[in-house]
Amino acid sequence: MKKLTELCLYDAREGLLNKDFTSKELVLDHIAVMESSRSLNAFITETPEIAIKSAENSDSRLNKGTNRDLEGIPIGVKDMFCTKGVLTTASSKMLSNFIPPYESTVTNNLWNEGAILLGKLNNDEFAMGSSNETSFYGPVINPWKGNNNEQNLVPGGSSGGSSASVAANISLGALGTDTGGSIRQPASFTGTVGLKPTYGRCSRWGIIAFASSLDQAGPITRNVRDNAILLKNMCSHDPKDTTSSSKKIPNFEESIGNSVKGLKVGIPNEFFQEGMSNEIIDIWDKGKEWLKKSGAEIIDISLPNTKYALPCYYIIAPAEASSNLARYDGVRFGHSVNSSDINEMYRATRSEGFGDEVKRRIMIGTYVLSSGYYDAYYLKAQKVRSLITEDYNKVFNSVDVILTPSTPNSAFGLNEKSDDPLSMYLNDIFTVPVNLAGLPAISVPAGLDSNGLPLGLQLIGKPFEEETIYSFAKVIEDSANFKNIENQWWVQ
Amino acid sequence: MNNLLRGNTGDWEIVIGIEVHAQIISNSKLFSGSSTSFGADHNTQVSFVDAGMPGMLPVINSVCVEQAIKTGLGLNAKINNFSIFDRKNYFYPDLPQGYQISQFEQPIVGNGMITIDLDDGESKNIGIERLHLEQDAGKSLHDQHPSYSFVDLNRSGVALMEIVSMPDMRSPEEAQAYVKKLRNIMKYLQTCDGNMEEGSLRADINVSVRKPGDDLGTRCEIKNVNSIKFIGQAIDYEAKRQINLIEKGDLIEQQTRLFDPKKGQTRSMRSKEDSHDYRYFPDPDLLPLTFTNEFVDEIKKTLPELPDIRKKRFIDDYDLSSYDSNILVSEKETADYFEAAAENSNPKLVCNWVIGELFSVLNKINKTIEDCPIKAEDLGELINLIDNETITGRIAKDVFEIMLNTGESPVSIVDANNMKQVNDLNEIESVIDKIIEKNPDQVNALSEKPNLIGWFVGQVMKETQGKANPKTVNEILGKKLLKKG
Amino acid sequence: MSVDKDNVVKIAKLSKISFKDDEIEKFQEDLNQIIDWVDQLSEVNTETVSPTFSSFDNDKGMKKREDIINDGNYREDITVNAPNSEEGFFLVPKVID
Repeated sequence: MKKLTELCLYDAREGLLNKDFTSKELVLDHIAVMESSRSLNAFITETPEIAIKSAENSDSRLNKGTNRDLEGIPIGVKDMFCTKGVLTTASSKMLSNFIPPYESTVTNNLWNEGAILLGKLNNDEFAMGSSNETSFYGPVINPWKGNNNEQNLVPGGSSGGSSASVAANISLGALGTDTGGSIRQPASFTGTVGLKPTYGRCSRWGIIAFASSLDQAGPITRNVRDNAILLKNMCSHDPKDTTSSSKKIPNFEESIGNSVKGLKVGIPNEFFQEGMSNEIIDIWDKGKEWLKKSGAEIIDISLPNTKYALPCYYIIAPAEASSNLARYDGVRFGHSVNSSDINEMYRATRSEGFGDEVKRRIMIGTYVLSSGYYDAYYLKAQKVRSLITEDYNKVFNSVDVILTPSTPNSAFGLNEKSDDPLSMYLNDIFTVPVNLAGLPAISVPAGLDSNGLPLGLQLIGKPFEEETIYSFAKVIEDSANFKNIENQWWVQ
Repeated sequence: MNNLLRGNTGDWEIVIGIEVHAQIISNSKLFSGSSTSFGADHNTQVSFVDAGMPGMLPVINSVCVEQAIKTGLGLNAKINNFSIFDRKNYFYPDLPQGYQISQFEQPIVGNGMITIDLDDGESKNIGIERLHLEQDAGKSLHDQHPSYSFVDLNRSGVALMEIVSMPDMRSPEEAQAYVKKLRNIMKYLQTCDGNMEEGSLRADINVSVRKPGDDLGTRCEIKNVNSIKFIGQAIDYEAKRQINLIEKGDLIEQQTRLFDPKKGQTRSMRSKEDSHDYRYFPDPDLLPLTFTNEFVDEIKKTLPELPDIRKKRFIDDYDLSSYDSNILVSEKETADYFEAAAENSNPKLVCNWVIGELFSVLNKINKTIEDCPIKAEDLGELINLIDNETITGRIAKDVFEIMLNTGESPVSIVDANNMKQVNDLNEIESVIDKIIEKNPDQVNALSEKPNLIGWFVGQVMKETQGKANPKTVNEILGKKLLKKG
Repeated sequence: MSVDKDNVVKIAKLSKISFKDDEIEKFQEDLNQIIDWVDQLSEVNTETVSPTFSSFDNDKGMKKREDIINDGNYREDITVNAPNSEEGFFLVPKVID
């Protein structure tokens, strides 16, 4: 029999229903792996007591037949989600002592369906980063390594703990948040499946805000079906979030295996980057071939404003962040530095509490909103954003889904880009436009590069058509026949 | 009316614009479900949203939107079917989010106009620039500890309307009349209770001075003035301060000032260390606020009669003077009281009693018309007793006094104390005859001093404990005494 | 350099973040690199374009709450994380207007 941690979420659920094992057994195995995998630094807070207690409760429900959709399934939660009574840090010194007296809507939905919290996952500080290196709790290490190379690689970011924990079989699935690619890029770097739902699909209530108009919660899993199962249980219409959709929530799992025959796939020529590696182009071509073989029609499309998406994002996201992070003032929660002068207290608290990347974004955001610059930067960016959205609206009149690479490269080395913010930002070049337009998109592992590192393909869908994305993603998954990492070098 | 102030270098004109912050009457806050009621224990009416906790989101209160539209309609203003909530960013201990959700470039209500009524009976139109919705801040208490301020967030997030006037006022009196009128309109609309003591209505006053005909001078803003009286005092002080400075050859520095009621002076606020740069931008947690014309029309249908219309009706229907009507409608409660009293009674008499007797008594016992011990219906009844000659005017004052102290109805007071007017001719005549008989000297002196007739009236009233019908007394006395002269 | 040092100091002040002198220079450098890069947006013609207010598209307009009291009354939860509180108040260094 397979080790229980090698099961995917779907199989684990089947196993529990068939009484092949108990939830407690499943959870204990995961706790053991969590503990033996600490060298990856994927978790900030481990919650074994909560997990075991919940598992016992799940087992009793499974026995009584009152089990719910995710009964007894252990998952990890990015430390951006507020969890009642459990330390929630946003991977920042600023919140290194914050224990929320409330539970985020998304996690609450999952607990209500029987899912079990294994622990809180590391991420870039306040979700600002693409490598998980900005965390106050130190970087997360990618379970993947290059061929014949001992160098530690980043797991991507900001949901680096989420992607690493799923790739390393520590959790059956994990929650991430995606503001500019923070689910899809780490999924691509770790050979996992990561979906950013349509803006409004998941409630943002109780998720520590980075950039409100872009943030969206989503699942990271080892396969497409698991992803659909997790997403269904995350979504709800939340009256506490003005931007939460009241649209009906489909049973996403049912779209897995649906034929894509006759559907149209757009290939945006603007995504061909100068200097783009052949390996990325190859994997993209493969993706087209697979979809074509499955009966989908490949169509060249144009998204003319694509090149402006990244600069546009790096105005809007920091602007919103600069305001969202103003509440960290040392008065009501979090890190605080005493002073006899209120302004001195603010400055000392925030200078000590925030790391460099967060400070950088607050500074950029403050700058682009400040008097004299607002029109040239912030307002301009929101207008360009309209053009970008318009590009997608137009294209979606003629295609059902758009296929692109997820990232311009595979996982890079630790500290390789951390001194150069701009080159780090360029990592999000393919993922960012999707957030600006509020669209759903997934990254599915499609193969390995010559260095033996995973590469993902991105599928972008129409608003609230995650089902179509899942149907296509399943085709890629089946065609790519991607194998998860086998050498568990990190286990101690 | 000449509003100019005399300085050493000639006449000066004061230019005043006012921003009123009016707390909206609603059960819960603008963006959260916690209570708005005044006086609760500190930090109890606070939700995670109001405390700016991580991950919290605003959801707008539909009633607050309706109240803003209603007020806009009451100010004869343009209602904007599309408006935007912006964040106004600054750090302050009573501002938990680090920003205030407000409306900047696209407010819910645009240009409007109200008419103010001045003491000399004149009226003047004051332009409204805009009305927008925003959150109130919390409160810092400075007197609890030598080195700390204590922060209470009960008020944090309560809905405010900021109503901005055009710089149309030219004297402290006009400014006071403007705020009074605005308050009155909102009380009629029941969109703000207008209670300045509890802070439900606060005024920021922009004052500048200029020589008549010159361009606008540099203005100073006096923050958070919280009574009508202080508004007058603050403007008066501030205008004179500015004139003095300019006449000394100094320049006015644009600044924010506070009014100190104890000294009757304004002073510069301890200057904030930052130059103000609020970095307004649309709140990404909210969507544009939109509604249809039909929605506005529905609200329009629910508008009550507003003071200007009511005044006109008082003049037309009750035949009251413009001056009296103005006094009655200038407080909604007074007008309501008047109408309740006049419903089955003589409106003109009621009006005289309300403005005269009632006002002076309330003033004396320091009560408002809302907690007046005399019910409006009872006052109407009392006036009916005078009107149908059941009691004399003089007795009425006694009855009124008893009503005030006991709260009993006038009819039962009159009955119990045998206070009915004596109308019987014979009875009065016999009293008069007795008085004439007893006072021959006075009768004789009458031919020299015809005014003595008043003395006889007084004697009759004394003899009848004020109950004799005064008209009858005058008639009989006239017949019996004056023809002899 | 589009962002000069005075500008960086002003922004830091508005952001309530303080920097040491050598940090300021580094941030100024980063900021300039980023601002110069985002400046490419100026080449886009947006004359007739309205800005995006939200990527959330709700044809029924903004969702609104009913005016009911259904929150609050948990002072302990509000102040439990406060670094400095007393008798249910948040304490801050004395502020005088």
